[in-house]
Amino acid sequence: MDISLQKVEYRYQAKTPFERLAIKDVSINIPSGTFLAIIGHTGSGKSTVLQHLNALLKPTAGKVVIGDKEVTADKKQKNLKEVRQKVGIVFQFPEHQLFEETVEKDICFGPMNFGVTMEEAQRRAKVAIKQVGLSEEILSKSPFDLSGGQMRRVAIAGVLAMEPDVIVLDEPTAGLDPRGRKEIMDMFHALHIERKLSTVLVTHSMEDASKYADHIVIMQNGEVYKKGTPEEIFTSPEDLMQLGLDVPEVVRFQQKIEETFHIKFSQTCLTVEMLTKEIASLLKGGGQK
Amino acid sequence: MSKEKLVQLDNISFQYALETGFALRNVSFDIYEGEWLALVGHNGSGKSTLAKLLNGLHFPQEGSIKVNGMLLTEESVWEIRKKIGMVFQNPDNQFVGTTVKDDVAFGLENNGIVREEMLERVKYSLEKVKMAQFLDQEPHHLSGGQKQRVAIAGVIALRPSIIILDEATSMLDPRGREEVLETVRELKENHHMTVISITHDLEEAVKADRIIVMNKGELYREGSPKEIFQLDEELVQLSLDIPFPVKLSKLLKEQGVSLSRHFLSEEELVAELWTSHYKK
Repeated sequence: MDISLQKVEYRYQAKTPFERLAIKDVSINIPSGTFLAIIGHTGSGKSTVLQHLNALLKPTAGKVVIGDKEVTADKKQKNLKEVRQKVGIVFQFPEHQLFEETVEKDICFGPMNFGVTMEEAQRRAKVAIKQVGLSEEILSKSPFDLSGGQMRRVAIAGVLAMEPDVIVLDEPTAGLDPRGRKEIMDMFHALHIERKLSTVLVTHSMEDASKYADHIVIMQNGEVYKKGTPEEIFTSPEDLMQLGLDVPEVVRFQQKIEETFHIKFSQTCLTVEMLTKEIASLLKGGGQK
Repeated sequence: MSKEKLVQLDNISFQYALETGFALRNVSFDIYEGEWLALVGHNGSGKSTLAKLLNGLHFPQEGSIKVNGMLLTEESVWEIRKKIGMVFQNPDNQFVGTTVKDDVAFGLENNGIVREEMLERVKYSLEKVKMAQFLDQEPHHLSGGQKQRVAIAGVIALRPSIIILDEATSMLDPRGREEVLETVRELKENHHMTVISITHDLEEAVKADRIIVMNKGELYREGSPKEIFQLDEELVQLSLDIPFPVKLSKLLKEQGVSLSRHFLSEEELVAELWTSHYKK
């Protein structure tokens, strides 16, 4: 399912003294199958953009097209249920939203809310729990007896069980240890491919953005500052650093080498392996050893 | 760094409930006055439990904790809590005021600080975390990172001698994270505060004076950043990671680039590459 934001503006508490412009003139295209990362400071408008992706917020100007549904300021939109089912959002710390007695019931809650039968929901729960890397036995346990990492996976399974076409992730690895972080991101990447999803990742982690995304949007002060492939975005790391954003460690290191050696590599390295090769060949070429 | 023992943990064991295993087992270590101690370890390794014991939110079933020589008990806990300020991961769970300045003032009022000084401290703390222009804002209008900075202001306004950061920067963006850490560093220097930071952020841990690695409720290793990051692949086994400069040093060596050691900082690595290969 394609999603596109066209010149979207959003004001919180519009037409009140508390009105605050959160985003303006935001145009982003998310064709089906894209892995998009949205990056920006706290307060840059990332979360506001995110909530437009399944019509939790309605733009105060501009247009959001989600599949065949158009969401605009002046149109009263009926039947957003389908949109909410097709676009699943995994919020920050999704484990805080677990509430049922058993893991199975918790996972089934979403799909059954959308009218799926109990049998079908249970079947989906079995599929989803394996997809998040947990075993079926866990379905009968209370979600509150699980570890933090397991709870997060259960919460994610709950979103997957709705069988969305688009999955939106808001800082999905916050609070996890480095291994947990890698496992969760690898899992989303695998799901993205297996389920042919569109994935939108809202993150602070430049490492994750450059590793997993095929497109990156940088938000700044409520506007799209830059968009492109990871290579395009990180070719001029100075811009990002000026905004006070991180660049991947690899890119930062390449930049330091280039400054010190007064040279320019032929490409922007996005993996440590690529960078190692470039440095090794640079040193051999300079060969005074 | 002075070597005055500020906190002494002696053979601590703790379990949350009888049917669950031990969250901490036979943990002993000291915390020295004025140091920055990083506590690292996988999720569920007992780091946060340790923090809760230090602040008397729970009491160990075995072993003892002394703060400034005073044994931590149900009686002394109120006295000890004045010395230890805690900043948690999620700022939404620790907001009490209706405005930013009220929130920072809350702790001060509770501690009977006189009004003039209170106003001064509120202003000072909020300036320190770069939130002074938000004085009259309501917390729900702030972003997560901004809220966290206010929470930190609330703690530093009380001028505790120890500040515990329980993954306090993990929800902040890079700039916010650096601002907060810089603030804490400054407080450590200028007010001689002791910092205990529970973190998954290796860049932060590298800059600590000392690191304690927890694993499955036990103290796995203790040492300087240099010593700890020598552990290398062992860290990966512990669900942790290796800092980027160390990773790169290793790969470069494999590619036949000669290096004197594995570097912890990018600057040092660049400098070594430069001097060893371009100067005779």
